[in-house]
Amino acid sequence: MTIHSESSTGNSADNNYGASMKDGGQRRKGQDSGPSAEEYMLPSDEPVQLVDPRGEHVHNDRYPLPDGEALLAAYEKLVIGRRINEQANALVRQGRMAVYPSSHGQEACQVAAAVVLEKDDWLFPTYRDTVSVITRGVDPLEVLTLLRGDWHAGYNPQEHKTATQATPLATQLLHAVGVAHAAKLRGENTVVLAMCGDGATSEGDFHEALNFAAVFHVPVVFLIQNNEYAISVPLKNQSVAPSLAHKAIGYGMPGERVDGNDLAAMLSVLGKAADRARDGGGPALVEAHTYRMQAHTNADDPSRYRQQSDVEQWVPKDPISRMRTYLTNLNLLTDEVERSITQAAEHMAATLRDGLNEDPEVDPMDLFEFVYSEKTSQLREQAALLKEELIREGVQR
Amino acid sequence: MTDTAVRAAPAPAKTGPQPVTFAKALNAALADAMEADSSVVMFGEDVGPLGGVFRITDGLTARFGEERCFDTPLAEAGIMGMAVGMAMNGMRPVVEMQFDAFAYPAFEQVVSHVAKMPNRTKGRVTLPLVIRIPYAGGIGGVEHHCDSSESYYAHTPGLTVLAPATVRDAYLMLREAIRFPDPVVFLEPKKLYWSKETLDLEELRKTADDDGAPGVGRAVVARTGTDATLVAYGPSVPTALAAAAAAAEEGRSLEVIDVRSIVPFDDETVSASVRKTGRAVVIAEAPGFASVASEIVARIQERCFHSLAAPVRRVTGFDIPYPAPKLEHYFLPSVDRILDTVDELQWEDEA
Repeated sequence: MTIHSESSTGNSADNNYGASMKDGGQRRKGQDSGPSAEEYMLPSDEPVQLVDPRGEHVHNDRYPLPDGEALLAAYEKLVIGRRINEQANALVRQGRMAVYPSSHGQEACQVAAAVVLEKDDWLFPTYRDTVSVITRGVDPLEVLTLLRGDWHAGYNPQEHKTATQATPLATQLLHAVGVAHAAKLRGENTVVLAMCGDGATSEGDFHEALNFAAVFHVPVVFLIQNNEYAISVPLKNQSVAPSLAHKAIGYGMPGERVDGNDLAAMLSVLGKAADRARDGGGPALVEAHTYRMQAHTNADDPSRYRQQSDVEQWVPKDPISRMRTYLTNLNLLTDEVERSITQAAEHMAATLRDGLNEDPEVDPMDLFEFVYSEKTSQLREQAALLKEELIREGVQR
Repeated sequence: MTDTAVRAAPAPAKTGPQPVTFAKALNAALADAMEADSSVVMFGEDVGPLGGVFRITDGLTARFGEERCFDTPLAEAGIMGMAVGMAMNGMRPVVEMQFDAFAYPAFEQVVSHVAKMPNRTKGRVTLPLVIRIPYAGGIGGVEHHCDSSESYYAHTPGLTVLAPATVRDAYLMLREAIRFPDPVVFLEPKKLYWSKETLDLEELRKTADDDGAPGVGRAVVARTGTDATLVAYGPSVPTALAAAAAAAEEGRSLEVIDVRSIVPFDDETVSASVRKTGRAVVIAEAPGFASVASEIVARIQERCFHSLAAPVRRVTGFDIPYPAPKLEHYFLPSVDRILDTVDELQWEDEA
């Protein structure tokens, strides 16, 4: 069922991402009668919104509303994503996981980032983007390996075209540029979506990644989840730019701001940026305005740096409730469908609980296995030393 | 960029033995590696039409095109991070860091990602890339152009660190580094770029194609001797050889070990020599405190203690920032300083 599709009625010629930037952004005001480079690249005045917090459609000339079936499918992933966040938090409290940086409140960004990509595209997530990686289709227990304190990354990045969840800020954005550049040199039609937070935009690697992506004109969509805090530091202490999306213009790529709690807007804006990249349009920067509803991690005390009343202002903007209202009003989300979605979310939670209630088997000898393709003589000696100790302790024979 | 802007491809090399510089050997190794494997790409600052500030990439853009050898924006972390992504996606990047100290902005990428990627993915993602670093002093360079940075890399598990000292090794070890499955930090002693050997490049190519003369993990005896062992790598090897030649004139027979591979380190070759001679001096340009030289001394003490007639000594740079050109000769390990140190190795006949 297709509803409210405006792709044929919207004025796509004025669209930031629809506009051809294949001239490398060299157009300047006065050279022709068309819009200036700045007009092509500047983000919209307000974050793009397609479904408002009351669950009502907001018309937007430039971005079509995804059809109802697509929204319903993504809504299910949204609900599952919220359940993953809740369950993972509980597992930390139970001592089954070392740490979990929750994306509660940011699930629309998480789901959209995974959904707009094709199978052979690449996703570069950060430590807070667990829900994105699971939505991408990676085994949830393998994904959580990272945060339970076992190996740094549990899944195979090559198999899933999904990089390991990055901990150093912004460094992974450069890897995303490299993957895209390699794909371009080989003539592959790959899009890379690289995620970071607002704090990461202060890092040097953020700058270098955007500059490289623009200079080499590679298909990377940079997604900043601006959740207003870098641990305790608010955005105003991070940047005084009009918006983080405005940074794009300095690199010669379009920037866009989007309501990060609006699943429909996230899908539409990211989808367009990805399509544009796939068509050779080059990189783009998308800033999603959202909010970190919970602590940075379980080691954080948010009451030291923000008021609970500030947090509560974001409750009515919740990505799930507005999409639920919208889809219910369309009669797409019936009680029966909602029940089946709840079941799927509970099934996910049970999978996480069951999986993490078993202690992983760790072989200490693995310590030496993945440092070099072939163990150096120094590592062979150290491995032999540990092996002797393990035998003495009766851990191994 | 137009085709006229790039230099013409070099003429095919003459056949048979001929004088070849260290720089030319590296250039030939890059060209041959790119010829042999289309996934090899070379990039960095000024490596395109200019051919690199030391001309190591001379002619590569003209011969292989801008997609295979290209200039990047001036940003070392960007170069390094992009190389990581390209290696993740099937390429074999070779990057040039222009000067040793210029690589420091890329250090986070090298330490946190290049070195650890295979580890954090349980070996599922390997990074077959080469970080070429023109390094160390002796060329009268200004500050930030003469650092010996090998200890930083050697201290980081996951990195393979090579430092060739001969023209033959420059060619063969770079070919091997590019074929190698793990990331390699390839240290090119700047002061040796213009050193020459008479070599047959065709024969070297054949040796490289047959996977011959491995450098990773192998030290070599550069000069045989019986009285004491000089252990050196990279820019210090010619100095050690000169010291050994001078010592021979005074009737003292010094063996010289060219380490070649700092990581992995060849304990066997070094230990065998020291057990034979009973004395050792380790020579390196870098400041000696907490250095590769310190590590080699410790390893020799641990393995050869009962063969030693004297404490193992070091001749290194002073523990100071690399000095100005007018003073660098006071800093660098010299033949005299090596011979003086050898004289202090508790020789019984002189006691």
